[in-house]
Parts: sequence; structure tokens; C-alpha cells
Amino acid sequence: MTNITLASNPPDLGGPAIQARGVAKYYGALHAVDGVDLTVQRGEIFGLIGHNGAGKSTLFKMMLGLIEPSAGEILIDGASVRGRDFRAARRHIGYLPENVVLYDNLSGLETMRFFAKLKGAPSAQCAPTLARVGLAHAATRPLREYSKGMRQRLGFAQALLGKPSVLFLDEPSNGLDPQAIRDFYATLRGLRDDGVTILITSHILAELQERVDRLAIMSAGKIQALGSVQELRNQMHLPLCLALRLAPVDVLAAQQLLTHLSAVSSTPSADGLRISCPREAKMAVLGALMGLGAKLLDLKIQEPSLEDVFFGFSD
Amino acid sequence: MELTQILTLAAKEFRDRIRNRWVLAVALVFTVFSLVIAYFGGAQQGQLGLRSIEFTIASLVSLVIYLIPLIALLLGFDAVVGERERGSLDLLLSLPITRLELLLGKYLGLAAALTLSTLAGFGLVAILLFQQFSWPGLYHYLGFMISSVLLGLAFLSLAVLMSVIARERTRASGLAIALWFFFVLVFDLLLLAGLVGTGGAYGGDAFAYMLLLNPADVFRILNVFTLEDVRTLYGLASIVPPALAKPWLMGSVMLAWIVVPLALARWRFKS
Repeated sequence: MTNITLASNPPDLGGPAIQARGVAKYYGALHAVDGVDLTVQRGEIFGLIGHNGAGKSTLFKMMLGLIEPSAGEILIDGASVRGRDFRAARRHIGYLPENVVLYDNLSGLETMRFFAKLKGAPSAQCAPTLARVGLAHAATRPLREYSKGMRQRLGFAQALLGKPSVLFLDEPSNGLDPQAIRDFYATLRGLRDDGVTILITSHILAELQERVDRLAIMSAGKIQALGSVQELRNQMHLPLCLALRLAPVDVLAAQQLLTHLSAVSSTPSADGLRISCPREAKMAVLGALMGLGAKLLDLKIQEPSLEDVFFGFSD
Repeated sequence: MELTQILTLAAKEFRDRIRNRWVLAVALVFTVFSLVIAYFGGAQQGQLGLRSIEFTIASLVSLVIYLIPLIALLLGFDAVVGERERGSLDLLLSLPITRLELLLGKYLGLAAALTLSTLAGFGLVAILLFQQFSWPGLYHYLGFMISSVLLGLAFLSLAVLMSVIARERTRASGLAIALWFFFVLVFDLLLLAGLVGTGGAYGGDAFAYMLLLNPADVFRILNVFTLEDVRTLYGLASIVPPALAKPWLMGSVMLAWIVVPLALARWRFKS
């Protein structure tokens, strides 16, 4: 039966995985989402970040067809979320909601079987998928005995049922320990290499920064910036930061070496000097600092973090 | 509409109530109460043991009218709002399930649990009645059991409607308790007050038909007006016109009390 559904509604593998055009959601005067255009390519890990109330979960829910947009159109795998054939497309969508609490009386395996049936996925997938997220040992234990991290991994496992082509993960690393987070992202990379498109939100920006192909920053219902981390940094013209380690007596000498450079500022720090300069002035600054010779004990160049980009855009 | 989706949801809901011993607990409550009432119901008149079919049913009807609506409302009030609060409602709705399938699946699973515990709970008295009065007695008692199940299903349907309307679990439970107060305690009093207040000036039949607006009263009429003795026992004969005293008609009204709240629930179930 699943095959028939597949044959009559083949995922449109040519086009992008997610297309949103002019999507808006109004609650009276509140514009929760306000004219979002977004295209996510197949096999892309895409991050969506923003403060609470920025509109990202409303956008998420509209992409999943859970709430109806006030305006605009959303296509997932080429199927309109408002169309009749979206029901078939749902079989190829995995979703992990934020802070979801599943059913305490069911075991991990029973939970998987329940969702597999509803999704039309073969129940033979359940045990291997549990093993994939590291829950094979707890498959027959009831969920009330699961830790927060185990519950989160189970939530991820159910999203993987039915070999999804698009995954929506809302704050997926909540409650996971550092090792589990590493395993989780390794799994995501494996899925991406198989062509799965992954849309992910997280408040832990440092975690996303290293792991997404592109990201969008949302604020006040709009996408304020869109691109790879590097592109966003460039768009922002964020200064580089150089941390110098110097003996206190040499700080003034170092500052004097920089006075002839424009747009470069420096402030003394606990163990030396912090210099802020435009990206294109980097070599000039380094050249000037050569004058310090052996007085320069150490030097670190710090790229602006996604946090800096994030706060730069959403402020 | 896909039956497999409905049955999958229903099976999970039913298994949940078996596993947390809800079905067992309610069946035990019904068993104990029905035995006590059937056996000691006549103690005030200085009698012990089963007296007559009519008397046993009349005694059980007054118990069931209080107990079953309460149990059904408590069973169903968090069906949807509970999933909403846990965050699992969005997950379910992201699957290939329609809102109607979700409601029907939940309802059928809970209805199966309620039906099983009601039949099991009142079954023991059925066996005792059969031993003492044979088939004719059992026939009426079976009618009582079926109408009890229908009463439960009607209030379960109302509970599911509350669980869709309310945005928080606590609010849903408040609404459910309010419904119980209204239908079980207040409604008849209001009706009686209206009847007395107007001095019967407005056609007496109109008041009788208003009884149909309360599933608990429909249940009472279903059971009372099939039995001659009980009719006189309750004195309701004076206000209920014979036109209403037809089991099939009352049964249809009860079915409407099951279907209409569910349909309203689907209509209100937007997101």
C-alpha cells in the first residue's frame, strides 16, 4: 500500500526540498511571521535561529502543515502543504518537536511501532532505528524509566522512521550530553550524505555554527540574514579580534605601534592587549606588531562567533 | 479517512487504560456498588437479597446516573488537551493523520475501555439475576447494561469536546466537572423550578421534551419506562408523555448525544 502511495505521489526529486514564498501568519495585529521567502536545497543542513517569539516555531509549524499561513505558499518535496496530496508527503517527513513528552506506559520499541504504523513505515525498521540512536539496550523498558537524554534520542529515532527525505528538528540537542551531541551530529551528517534535507533550530548557537551548511536568522517574524556562517560574518563586517600576551611594561609600546593604522582600536587586558581591526587590516596589524620582536609572548586571532553575528542582526 | 490510522490510535489508547489498571479499577468499583445495591437496596424495607428485577434496576439506575457520567468525563477530559500539553499533539498531526482520524481513534479507544469496564462491572449482578429470575429478568437487565454503556459514551463524547475546547488540562478538568454538576445535579432542578414557577401554564409536554436535552434524563427514561413497576415508583409517568416512552426513540436520542459533541469537537479542533 505504501508503494502505491509512493508511485502516485513521487517526491519531486528535481526541485528544492523546501520552498517558502511570501509566507506570513497574522494573529490580529501581531505579525508572527511576516513575509518569509526561503529555499532549502536537497541534502542541506539548514539552521534556523532567533530569539523566543522571533517566529521560528510558527514558521516550522506552517512548514509541517500544522497551522495555516495567512498568506504565501510552502512546498515540501514539491507538494503544497495546503494541498490534498500533502498527506502522502507526510510519510517522508520526520519531525522532532521541542520538549516533547511521549507515553510513559509504552516501551521504547512499542513507541516506535506506534509511530511506524501511523507513518506507514515497516515495523522491521523500529529496532534498528533504536539501535542507531543508541537505545537498543533500553528497547523494552517503559519510557517512565528513561532519562531526559534517552527520551530525546527516542524522539529523534521516531523522526527517522519511514526513511524521511526532510527532517524538522526543533531544539534537538536538548538534554543530550556532549558525547551524545557529537554522535547526534555525526548521524545528521550521514543522513545529509544520503540526500536527506535537515532543518534544525537551536539556542546553542556555538553548536550550530560548526555544523550547518547555511542558516537563517529570524527576528520579528522576518528573516534578517541568510547564508553560510562565513557569508554572514562578511555581510556583518565584523571586526577580527587579536589577543596579545605581553608583559605589562610592553603594553604601551605595542599600542604606539598601532597608532598609524586607521579603524584599529586596542584595549589593555589582564594579560596584555586586545586589538580589534577590520578583516582587511589584519596583515597590516600583524606587520606593525613585528616591531615588538621577542616582547610578544603569544598571539591569538579570534573570528567573530555566530553569537556576535546573531546579536548584530537581531538587535 | 483511513481505518488503520483510527485503529492504531484506538489500540494505543485502550492498551494504555488496561496497562495503568484503569479498566480493572472501574470494573471493580461497579462490581462492588452493583452487588451492594442489588443485595442491600431493600434493607430499609427490612429485606435482604435480590428482590425483583424492577427494583434492582431502579436502584442501579440512581447509582449509574451519578457514577458513569463522572467516570466518563474523567476518562476523556484530557484526550486532546493532554497531548497538547505534552507537545505530542503537533507530532501526531505531523504524521499522515487527519484531525478527524485522531479524534475518532482517541474516542474509540477510550470508549472500548469504558464499555469493557462497564460490562465487566455489572456482569456479576447479571449472572445472579439470571440464576434467580432466568431469561425474562436478564432481558431487562441487559437493556439496562446497554443503556449504561450508551450513557457513558455520551458523556465521553462531551469530555472529548471539552478536551478540544480547553487550552490547558486544568481548564478541561474544570469544564468536565462543571458539566457533571449541570447535567447530573442542576438540570432537573431547573426544569422542576420552571415547571412549578409557571404553574404548568405552558404546555406540560414542552417540559417533557426538554428532558431530551440531558443524556442522564434520557438514560432514566430509557430504563424507567420499559418497566411498569418502576414507572409508578418514580412518579415520572405524570410528566413524560407516552410518545417518549419508546426505547428505540430514546436510543436514537442517546446516539445523537454521542455523535453531536464529537462533531462539534471536530469543528472546534483547528490547531
